[in-house]
Amino acid sequence: MVPVSYYLVLSGILFACGVVGFLIKRNIITIFMSIELMLNGVNLSFVAFAAHWQKFSGQVFVFFVMVVAAAEAAVGLAIIIAVFRTRETLNVDQVNLLKL
Amino acid sequence: MLHLVLFLVFGAICVAGAINLLAQTHPISSALSLVVVMASLAVEYLLLGAEFVAAVQVIVYAGAVMVLFVFVIMLLNAGAEERTKGSHVALVLGVPGVLAGGLLVAWVLLKRSETGRVALGSLPGYPKTIGTLLFHEFLLPFEVTSILVLIAIMGAVVLASRPDAKTPSGKES
Repeated sequence: MVPVSYYLVLSGILFACGVVGFLIKRNIITIFMSIELMLNGVNLSFVAFAAHWQKFSGQVFVFFVMVVAAAEAAVGLAIIIAVFRTRETLNVDQVNLLKL
Repeated sequence: MLHLVLFLVFGAICVAGAINLLAQTHPISSALSLVVVMASLAVEYLLLGAEFVAAVQVIVYAGAVMVLFVFVIMLLNAGAEERTKGSHVALVLGVPGVLAGGLLVAWVLLKRSETGRVALGSLPGYPKTIGTLLFHEFLLPFEVTSILVLIAIMGAVVLASRPDAKTPSGKES
């Protein structure tokens, strides 16, 4: 028997790691991976609450979050490729203009 | 007891992978530590009984999405990122702020929340159960996600195609 709050603390730690990575990282791909880390932390809390309330809706919501994350990864990586093609860099400090 | 030990071991692997993601400078190393995080999260889902979610986590996240990431990293030939020195104020205010906020959240969750305990595999989410729910109660959101995925595919193709690419018939696109 494990308290549900342990799972919530783990999910909070993962989400915080994602936020810190989003703020301190300079590589656009790593920033994108930090977003995926945040989504994973949220998914864990969904599953933990599903087990707490004994309802399957939480697990179905995790499925929807995964679908949205997959679509986001496809579009986001296409945007990264487009940015790299025009700017020749992945450093977000050098990507400071909306239009070239 | 077994549940707690498994939770602690894989939770520690999970957090170690997340911190390694922050510590590494090369994107490939970060991507591989993200795979570690996702695989150990799949074990945590199994401990909670979410078997379908654990399988999808491994197949979709650790499989498809991370392959896409590694593919893009190699396609763009990304090197190690150059570190910029952060401001001193951010370091002085940020680290204690993060620690205080994290400890407050952990204290509230551990001591003041009224969530109970869960047994090993307390809510077995078999694919049949999830599928029944998905095609009855959540039918409309499920169909909407199919449109979302279609739009995402078209968006990715449009964004990643070269502006000056020639169409197969030889015309300018």
